[in-house]
Amino acid sequence: MRRPTAALWAPRLGRLALGLAVLALLVAMWHLGVRGEWVLVFDIKMAFLPEPLDVAVLLWDFAFGGVNDDAFSRTLWEHLGASTLRVLAGFALAAVLAIPLGVLMGRFALVNAALDPAVNLFRPIPATAWVPLVLLIIGFGSQATVFLITLSAFFPILLNTLGATREVSPRLVEAARMLGTRPAGILLRVVVPAATPGIVSGLRIGLGLAWVILVLGESNGIDTGLGSMITLAREQVRTDRIVVGMIVIGVAGFCSDRLLVLGLRGLFGRRPLMRAA
Amino acid sequence: MSAAGVVDPARVVDESGRVVLEGVGKRYDTVRGPVDAVADVTLEIAPGEVAAVVGASGCGKSTVLRMLAGFERPTAGSLVVGGRPVRGPGPDRGVVFQDYGLFPWLTVAENVRWGPRRQRLPRGVVRRRTEAVIETVGLTRFADRFPGELSGGMQQRVALARVLANEPAVLLMDEPFGALDALTRTSMQHELRRIHREAGTTILLVTHSIEEAVYLADRVVVMAGGASVGVPGHVREVVAVDLAGERDVNAPDFNAVERRIAALVHAGTDGPGGGADAADRA
Repeated sequence: MRRPTAALWAPRLGRLALGLAVLALLVAMWHLGVRGEWVLVFDIKMAFLPEPLDVAVLLWDFAFGGVNDDAFSRTLWEHLGASTLRVLAGFALAAVLAIPLGVLMGRFALVNAALDPAVNLFRPIPATAWVPLVLLIIGFGSQATVFLITLSAFFPILLNTLGATREVSPRLVEAARMLGTRPAGILLRVVVPAATPGIVSGLRIGLGLAWVILVLGESNGIDTGLGSMITLAREQVRTDRIVVGMIVIGVAGFCSDRLLVLGLRGLFGRRPLMRAA
Repeated sequence: MSAAGVVDPARVVDESGRVVLEGVGKRYDTVRGPVDAVADVTLEIAPGEVAAVVGASGCGKSTVLRMLAGFERPTAGSLVVGGRPVRGPGPDRGVVFQDYGLFPWLTVAENVRWGPRRQRLPRGVVRRRTEAVIETVGLTRFADRFPGELSGGMQQRVALARVLANEPAVLLMDEPFGALDALTRTSMQHELRRIHREAGTTILLVTHSIEEAVYLADRVVVMAGGASVGVPGHVREVVAVDLAGERDVNAPDFNAVERRIAALVHAGTDGPGGGADAADRA
């Protein structure tokens, strides 16, 4: 058993090493660019950026302290926790609303006819366009952020669920019917599992978007959260803190996607309910 | 398997396996007006009998099977199974599809016990039936595998077991072995004969293969016509397969029946009546 396992892992490790090498190259270019005061396309003035090493030290201080020991030190976990809670709340709400709605729209022409125009009218409105209105009708704060995340994650989950539900093989429905399955059983036991790979794709896109919208939502009237931390850093013209915040959001978004995939994989076991991730 | 299309009376316990089609027709409304896919199909299949339906593509043989399954409604005539008019799909009529139609996220055993579970049978009954039919199709060692991990022949065995677990009165098989390689196909045909001997279920088998029809069936229904021909699909002739004992696909009498049916199938596109003349010429 050892040899085939090693044979499976070796190419994966090789690809991982390649990906890390590219990352290392980017960091090296970043370092040289700041030192050399490069001016890139779009008039990007690299001289205004902090150096990678300084960012790494600041990130350490942000997480564990012991370097500057100011108001910024050791506050990462508080910000990350607050942001994660908002992302999870908004994402969960979006999933709970969008999955059943997508299944019903995909399965029943009447439901689709009723909701399709509304969905397609609201869908192109970006979260940024919602912000002014949301601030007036909800007000500053956590609720507004969660609302914006829910709104943004809702549509990709809905559309992926809808598409996957429509593409469920009619043969599976026929098979279930001839075996004596009632309509509710067909919906829950055939359509939902058959659409699960598509639903999972929608969830992953929705969760990614939730982190994107987070900064937008937290940029107004919120004290804790990675978005509010970045907003404050911008007001203080601290590019190093902005970059630290960006890195933390990137890593958090990446980790949340991996956790979602791993969690679902644990839930599904060997059942083929997910596309290769 | 009874010879000469006569059903062993000891095996027929009730009439639930009797299939009666009277003047069955199916008309589709298309943009260019109504098209008759099938017209005036009248046919009776006795309980325990194996009837095969052959015919050129588009002659409506699958449409007839789908109407019996309850997936499609006839636009004319009546279909009665076991004395009850067909109103929709039901576990008394098990369907085996060419592309299996297994639930890929369920194991072999879970696929097989789907039917008994939906009938809300007691757990013990469900377990016993599942184990028994999986053994019948020889997949006991694969009960915990997923369909995607099995060969086409094995998947079709699962599909057959899944239907048998419901103890249907009628088996409706739509090109069941059409996607399998020649060797697997032959062994599945043997197996189907054996299973039919044990279960005695009425079987309606739609197939492209005349050899398969003659090997398995008591009677072969030859259909002709179809929308592409301009004549509605209809029954051209019903041929009784009077072959005694084990059937040998290489025996002269087997080949004679095969040739006769082939002549009927290929007898041109001249609509009802013409086929018989062509068969006589051949």
